[in-house]
Amino acid sequence: MRKKCLDTIYELAKKNKKIIFIGSDLGPNVLDSFKKKFPNRFFMEGVSEQSIIGIAAGMAMEGNIPFVNTISTFLTRRCYEQIVIDLCLHNLPVKLVGNGGGLVYAPLGPTHQAIEDLSIMRVIPNMSIVAPCDEVEMEMLVRDSVKLKSPLYIRIARGGEEIISSKKENFKIGKGILKKKPGKILFISTGVMTQRTLKAAKEIEEKKSLKCGVLHVATIKPLDKKILSFWIPKVEKIITVEENILAGGFGSSILEFTSENLPNHVNKISRMGLPDRFVDKYGSQDELCEDNGLTVKNIYNLAKKTLGI
Amino acid sequence: MSKELKIKLDKRSKFLRSNITRALLSANRGHFGSSMSLVEILRVLYDDIIFFDHKNPKNEKRDRVILSKGHGCLALYSILADKNFFNVKEFDNFLKLESILGGHPENEKVPGVEASTGALGHGLPIAVGMALSLKLKKSNSKVYVILGDGELNEGSNWEAMMSAKKHKLNNLKIIIDYNKIQSYDFVKNVVDLEPLNKKFNSFGFDVSEVNGHSISELKKNFLKFKKQKINKSSITICHTIKGKGFEVAENNPNWHHRNSFTEDEKKMIYKSIL
Repeated sequence: MRKKCLDTIYELAKKNKKIIFIGSDLGPNVLDSFKKKFPNRFFMEGVSEQSIIGIAAGMAMEGNIPFVNTISTFLTRRCYEQIVIDLCLHNLPVKLVGNGGGLVYAPLGPTHQAIEDLSIMRVIPNMSIVAPCDEVEMEMLVRDSVKLKSPLYIRIARGGEEIISSKKENFKIGKGILKKKPGKILFISTGVMTQRTLKAAKEIEEKKSLKCGVLHVATIKPLDKKILSFWIPKVEKIITVEENILAGGFGSSILEFTSENLPNHVNKISRMGLPDRFVDKYGSQDELCEDNGLTVKNIYNLAKKTLGI
Repeated sequence: MSKELKIKLDKRSKFLRSNITRALLSANRGHFGSSMSLVEILRVLYDDIIFFDHKNPKNEKRDRVILSKGHGCLALYSILADKNFFNVKEFDNFLKLESILGGHPENEKVPGVEASTGALGHGLPIAVGMALSLKLKKSNSKVYVILGDGELNEGSNWEAMMSAKKHKLNNLKIIIDYNKIQSYDFVKNVVDLEPLNKKFNSFGFDVSEVNGHSISELKKNFLKFKKQKINKSSITICHTIKGKGFEVAENNPNWHHRNSFTEDEKKMIYKSIL
């Protein structure tokens, strides 16, 4: 997914001279082709996230479209004030491309596990956030991002995720995609949790003969109000699923939306996500998801419990 | 650099300060000392050095000026009003609810302000991004960024300096308003910056020092930057006096920011700008 994202940036840069790539201290040979072809628009500025965000802001003020790439935790936590003031207060078209959203960097410990990036990015005015579920969607959303005139945070997952998107779908920043039509229950998921959610939904259908919907919302901000307003009143139960702490995250945004716009439907919503604590284990992303309850089985069980079946 | 910082202010310097005191007394508060130390730096930039266009503040050919020490905004407002970016009457609305002039400058509100600043350590990275972009555009415009001395505590400045050096940004001029006092106390008592010249030198800059209230020294220094052909960024350390022009406020840490002025202080302020 990361490779697809960076390759797409390179493809876009071939057609658009305003596109600039800035990395911090990425792995060897990252985007070498970009560097060779457009050395003037390729920057590797070292482990200096605060300065990099300011530099990207200055470049955007001069009419450029910078894509800034580094590990999610460093890109969101270390330079938070720069994101708030340099990018969002000035409302500049800078794209923040965060590697390892969620628990991707599991074995590297809590300094590298982006458990709250969605929450802290979401509360900044003017910021948009996307968390694609696979590389097909990643490519389409990165392509769509070029025309966005305001700041964007792109959350990249581990890579190698099962492809559940098809290019025929309508990928646009701000648009949700209904992956499965609901019956009584609708899952609303973001990022790579959509694959797990789809599996759980299919399992419920098979085992319980109960129609089960999945709404994939890659754009966490701004929410697709139209699709939410259409589906939320139509179902009995809703479960949101995210690889982010529950506090202030994706599920919270769905709750807030519903509370403001569909107050009679708030009680039908349950949320799944990471608990309010630092991850205290290593292992793999899958193991940590399991340790924190983000499994197909748990999604299935919560749905069963919610429906009382 | 002349050793004597105590330069007598001329009519124009006093006039530019009168805009500042007009605003300060209208709002009965504001960053006093921090604005007064940088009046001559901005005066020389706008009078003698940079290209600007008050009718089209975003004129592509303009030189870029970023006041990174945003709390000194009154000095910037003063010169911008003087250059017709907005009407001097705005000073009477300083800090009012609907005013364009706030306690820190905002680019969407004040014509001529390049970047909204106020949180320290932001201006220089932005200036580096602008300078890089101007080079990409093959533009001859220059970027001037003004930093406070206390502001140099922020690590982001030193990160950006390393990038400026790497990219040989000879279109970038960093100006330090070295008034020796930050919010809490004298800079040397908070975190001593010395030897500052050597630090900048070791970071790979063309470093010079001037009396920041001497019009001739500032002019000579900035003109040299404009004309010289070297492959590095340059820094001018401007030795200044915090609160310059107002006896009680000069070199007085209590006049960094004021929440109110007594009647006696108001009289002193009026007297000083006559």
